[in-house]
Amino acid sequence: MKHLVRAALTGAVLSVAATAVSATECIAPANPGGGWDFTCRQIGKILYDIKQVDKPVQVTNMPGAGGGLAFNHVVTERNDDPDLIVAASSATTTRLAQNAYAGRKASDVRFVGAIGIDPGVIAVAADSPYKSLKDLVDAALADPSSVSFAGGSAVGGFDHLKPLMILKGAGLKDITKIKYIGVDGGADAVTQTVGGFTTAMTGDLSGIVGFLKSGDVRALAVLTEERVPGFEDIPTAREQGYDVVAGNWRGLYVPRGISDDDFHKWADRLRAVAESAEWKKAMADNGLAPFTMVGDDFQAYVDKLVAEIRQMSKDIGVIQ
Amino acid sequence: MDLLSNLAMGFGVALSPFTLMLAVIGCFIGTIIGALPGLGPSNGVAILIPLAFSLGLDATSSLVLMTSVYYGAMYGGRISSILLNIPGDEPALMTTLDGYPMAKQGRAGDALVLSGVASFVGAFLATIGLMRLAPLLARVAFLFGPAEYFALYLLAFATLGGIASNNQAKAALASCIGLGIAMIGVDNNSGLPRLTGGNLHLYDGVDFLVAIVGLFAVAEVFFFIESHGKGSSIGVKLEKVTIPVRDIVESGWTMLRSSAVGFVAGVLPGAGASLGSFLSYMSEKSIAGENAGFGTGAPRGVAAPEAGNNAAAGGALVPMLTLGVPGSGTTAVLLALLMTLNITPGPTLFSDRPEVVWGLIASLLIANVVLLLMNVPMVRIFVRILSVPPGVLLPGVTMVSFVGIYSLSSSYFDLLLMIGFGVLGFVLRKLDVPTVPIILGILLGGHMENSLRRAMVLSDGDWTYLFSSPIAIALWAVAIVGFIAPMFLRNVLKRPQRITD
Repeated sequence: MKHLVRAALTGAVLSVAATAVSATECIAPANPGGGWDFTCRQIGKILYDIKQVDKPVQVTNMPGAGGGLAFNHVVTERNDDPDLIVAASSATTTRLAQNAYAGRKASDVRFVGAIGIDPGVIAVAADSPYKSLKDLVDAALADPSSVSFAGGSAVGGFDHLKPLMILKGAGLKDITKIKYIGVDGGADAVTQTVGGFTTAMTGDLSGIVGFLKSGDVRALAVLTEERVPGFEDIPTAREQGYDVVAGNWRGLYVPRGISDDDFHKWADRLRAVAESAEWKKAMADNGLAPFTMVGDDFQAYVDKLVAEIRQMSKDIGVIQ
Repeated sequence: MDLLSNLAMGFGVALSPFTLMLAVIGCFIGTIIGALPGLGPSNGVAILIPLAFSLGLDATSSLVLMTSVYYGAMYGGRISSILLNIPGDEPALMTTLDGYPMAKQGRAGDALVLSGVASFVGAFLATIGLMRLAPLLARVAFLFGPAEYFALYLLAFATLGGIASNNQAKAALASCIGLGIAMIGVDNNSGLPRLTGGNLHLYDGVDFLVAIVGLFAVAEVFFFIESHGKGSSIGVKLEKVTIPVRDIVESGWTMLRSSAVGFVAGVLPGAGASLGSFLSYMSEKSIAGENAGFGTGAPRGVAAPEAGNNAAAGGALVPMLTLGVPGSGTTAVLLALLMTLNITPGPTLFSDRPEVVWGLIASLLIANVVLLLMNVPMVRIFVRILSVPPGVLLPGVTMVSFVGIYSLSSSYFDLLLMIGFGVLGFVLRKLDVPTVPIILGILLGGHMENSLRRAMVLSDGDWTYLFSSPIAIALWAVAIVGFIAPMFLRNVLKRPQRITD
């Protein structure tokens, strides 16, 4: 009995420790282990380390509906909480654009900013006959059903949209013919491609760094404006004649109902994190490229992204 | 002798009085977390990550703590399976089948010691396998595409019918219910929600932990209420705890075979510990034949899934470390921990950061030995839980279940769902329908469907794609044999009656 009580107490203490209310809370709208979790934990740790907040930031994992549960929670229950930040990324804007948050809109919260971007990348197995993005696009133009992609997001998700944006720009009419399988994350997409089950993989640069070093995959293009520092030998899609820029930015949103002062306070704090040496190191270690856009500019950027992705999703038939 | 010098380096990194203390603490906490219904290895590790950071632990110490918790939880899951017929976490599911009947026969202590030894053997062999074969085995993941994965899951389902030997039709019905539940959520291949009723909480599907705790723990409470506290099936006989040397020796080969099966299942990304313990149990059951009494408290039926799931836990580290592909929920969390420590797993990890890899392997070995030494003497304490009157024990279990499930996603909806599963479990048990296949349906059904759908996308709907590789064909052949053989053997072999609660 004593043991059971102790066990129960330990369980209770652990749970309380995991959800205790403290000064600042960062909600990661997913299980531990993903990009949102990384955003919360890194930004939270640095905020405390560089003394932007007094107490350690409490990270709460609130998985569900691809971030929809957390979004809904913030809008309906925490709308005026000035001590709440929520991890966001391109996946957030993609789902908002596709109306996957049960009618919630981007304007229901305030996007504070992004302080890093994971560049989009298209890669093939090292022994693939496709040597450049043009080879792959030409093959798809000649016979759309001969090319297949694996990516870490579900059908219609951001990874799926990346190759479609390139192919649509290249003049492919029926982009729905392009095969795509959504697997469990970028690394899994690599194994399917290296295994020869799909022609190419679409994902984030950070997910393939190890495989580039080991020589298992060849990156055909990064989807950035300039070549990525540290990966100068990978050409951009733009310089190969396909004007597509797509990256998975890492950032935060806060509740709509907080005061402008509080909003700007968060913008300043986020900027301080972006400029810290700790964040620069974390970015380098995790394959993120610098991309800082904080405050009102970022809100406009988010609105533009949502509109673009909505159009793209209509074109491929993911939404009506 | 690269291996030994590497290992020596690993122990040099991982072995100090401080890390040993962390290992002991981690193993203890892990065992408790594993034993509590609803809290499994993945949330155990997730909950403790902030602790590692706030203590300011360095990379090696954090790894030692987390791997101890991980292995500890894998050990701990069996305790509530055996004593209460409530799996502490999903890989411990199969242990209820023989562990609980053993406890009812008054052999709870034997079952706990035996499963502890089996866990040790499984985990130890898997760590050796990880050490020797990791870079080589990583290539196996490249051989498994959608068609091969589909055949693998099909193999698991083909043997499901034999799981509860009383009535195969009811087992089939139960696995269909599980498959149906697995369909709930956003469809990965169209992005459209299915069977969610527009409820955001159901978009990610039903968490199998909610289902397990509902079907087992909450249903148990309903039975207890129905019988006004008299006829609860909890309440097993107590006996003196001795080391069941004979059972351990007799299960020797079972442990070895199950470790191999579990390890291979763990190496395949996406399959994980649950499939490992399931396949080990089913293959041991068919090797032993119907006379071995699997399902009625056979010692080998306890040893097989425990060796299998602990070996799978070690196996799952192979794709995590060498490819960055987590093979299970817990390795996904460990992956997150590594990333936060700015260590990026991938094909070059073994050559780039040998101190991390070998430190990790050394800490796995340390955790394993600590767990064995800690678990066998602790059996006495665990068994004493059974002398607690059910009227006190069950409310405690209920409370822990609610806390555990709420901690998953901080959502009251999961609690309602859990109670719903409790009602379902109560009704099904009244109808004598086994609940284990439901959980397996939920666990494996989603993966199986995804593999099939991906295969069909890639092949333009050409079904012959499913038989397009030697691996797939071999798996199909085994699956078909596994499905058909029992039908012909049924009349030849005398079947034992399984205790149906």
